[in-house]
Amino acid sequence: MAGILIDKVAKQFGNAVALQEISFTVEDGEFVALLGPSGCGKTTLLRIIAGLEVQSSGKVMIGERDVSSLKPAQRGLAMVFQNYAVFPHMTVFENVAFGLRMKGADQARVEAKVRKAAELLHIEQYLERFPAKLSGGQRQRVAVARALAVEPAVLLMDEPLSNLDALLRLEMRAELRSVLREAGTTTIYVTHDQTEAMGLADRIAVMQGGHIVQIGAPTEVYSRPATRFVGGFVGSPPMNFVNTVAASGQARLGGLTLASPVDGPIVLGFRGEDAKLTDAAGGAPFTVRVAEPMGSHLLLTGRIGDDLARVVAPPAARIAAGETLGLALDPARIVWIDPETGRTHPGA
Amino acid sequence: MSAPRKWLYVTGVLALCAWVLVPIYLIGLGAMGGRLAVFKWPKAFAPGEASFAALATFLKIEGVWNAALNSLIAASLTMLFSILLGAPAGYALARFAFRGQSAFRLLVLLTRAFPLAILALPLTVIFIRVGLYDTPFGVSLIHTALALPFAALVTASLFMGIPREYEEAAWVFGCTRWQAFRKVVLPLALPGIAAAAIFAFVISWNEVFAASVLTVRERTLTAYLLTVLSESPLHYRFAGGFILIIPSVLFIFAVRKYLFAMWGVSSK
Repeated sequence: MAGILIDKVAKQFGNAVALQEISFTVEDGEFVALLGPSGCGKTTLLRIIAGLEVQSSGKVMIGERDVSSLKPAQRGLAMVFQNYAVFPHMTVFENVAFGLRMKGADQARVEAKVRKAAELLHIEQYLERFPAKLSGGQRQRVAVARALAVEPAVLLMDEPLSNLDALLRLEMRAELRSVLREAGTTTIYVTHDQTEAMGLADRIAVMQGGHIVQIGAPTEVYSRPATRFVGGFVGSPPMNFVNTVAASGQARLGGLTLASPVDGPIVLGFRGEDAKLTDAAGGAPFTVRVAEPMGSHLLLTGRIGDDLARVVAPPAARIAAGETLGLALDPARIVWIDPETGRTHPGA
Repeated sequence: MSAPRKWLYVTGVLALCAWVLVPIYLIGLGAMGGRLAVFKWPKAFAPGEASFAALATFLKIEGVWNAALNSLIAASLTMLFSILLGAPAGYALARFAFRGQSAFRLLVLLTRAFPLAILALPLTVIFIRVGLYDTPFGVSLIHTALALPFAALVTASLFMGIPREYEEAAWVFGCTRWQAFRKVVLPLALPGIAAAAIFAFVISWNEVFAASVLTVRERTLTAYLLTVLSESPLHYRFAGGFILIIPSVLFIFAVRKYLFAMWGVSSK
């Protein structure tokens, strides 16, 4: 077991900057998700930690060891690839045993560890089969079992669930969480799916354009996004942003008055489920354009002034398109964003 | 497919098949039918009385077996050299991005555009000087030069078909570059490499010009037949041709899947 320290790691491909001086730490046994849209550098960062890519500058520490210039084999980690990379010419058993055999483990030890990993991921009955005879979900399990069998200090996962269908993804997600919790492995998990990151990770590092824009616990990233980008990227529906102008420390939206940290143009950010519906005069005027019954709730899409907003209403609410409602907001559950920089004002 | 297009397609396929198969069939007919059948016109569709007499007599011609042995040695060496040199080149083409990669790819093929006839005289002189003249080894060097472009390109497409992640996974789980190649890439590429090797073998086996120029006594089978058969009756020539064709056809048939893969056509 070991923590990870990423110290000012940067990467350029020719003239293109993929990562700009990234620094963060992962505690021993912690599960950190690298979340971001495609091209944000999250996979590059993971590959640098694995040693499959060489950083242009900076260093990577695993445990107390500087591994920056070590080959992948010497870093003491395991990895699950997006397309699983389960070796097609070996049986499931040999696949899971691969890392152990490379370490020179004797047959009895290999046997025991493979059984244990196979049991953990429920693939005992496939051990003698070849991967071609397995479904995507089963191959996925083999890839995870192969990684866990070596009992790595650090486990790296590169979008391991993205090739599975939605139902299987949900099932594997829950299972991964319990398996990894049990193993207590330090894990870095790359994904572009914010629900995956929210559900699995102890902390989420949101990346954009080769930067980490925010790193924190899922609830913190969700309710107090550091930038407008994070608020829009994390959560479904995304955070609502309403442009307004504050004067003398107050911003007015119809019948709703909120204390703002600065005067002048400012953006109000709030989550759809934090808005309470009132009558039109008692809150921010919200004109409903579409009402979608989602079963667990009613999703309202409409406008506040010129800005698009999505609000979550109780499933039984009787609301028709075209109605104008009022929204009441809890000042503790909103964020204020600078329209110029896109950054959240601290505190308020 | 619409009816006219389908018709065109079928005709095209038939024409191409005929282009290859009719000559082979006629050679076979000439080889089996004996002296009279060769001169008969119109040709019988099937040999009246098939006989292997001509083929048997042909195999008894003095020197045929020695020439066949030379051919075998030259072709085997060609196979060995072109894989040992071609497969690493193919691996490099498939796995590494380097400046001038596509130019290199084209250049590899362009070596085939250089006419051997121009090289024949200087090559002969050099081979005599260094003592390679009139040896199967010398012939195999030239044949390797001919087969190498194909070996490099076929193996390149082969390695490209093996996902990079397999190798990366092997590295992560404790392999060095070479171990990853040996344990993961090689087993997956082996059937294709075998096919590329056989293709190199066939190229050498069929080649006649360089073999004729560079040998006098230690002739390969093709070169030997060219000299011997020019003075033989016609049906023996057919017999010789037929015997030359058989191994090539069998080999190519055996590895067709991988040759298709090289041109991006799949055979189902």
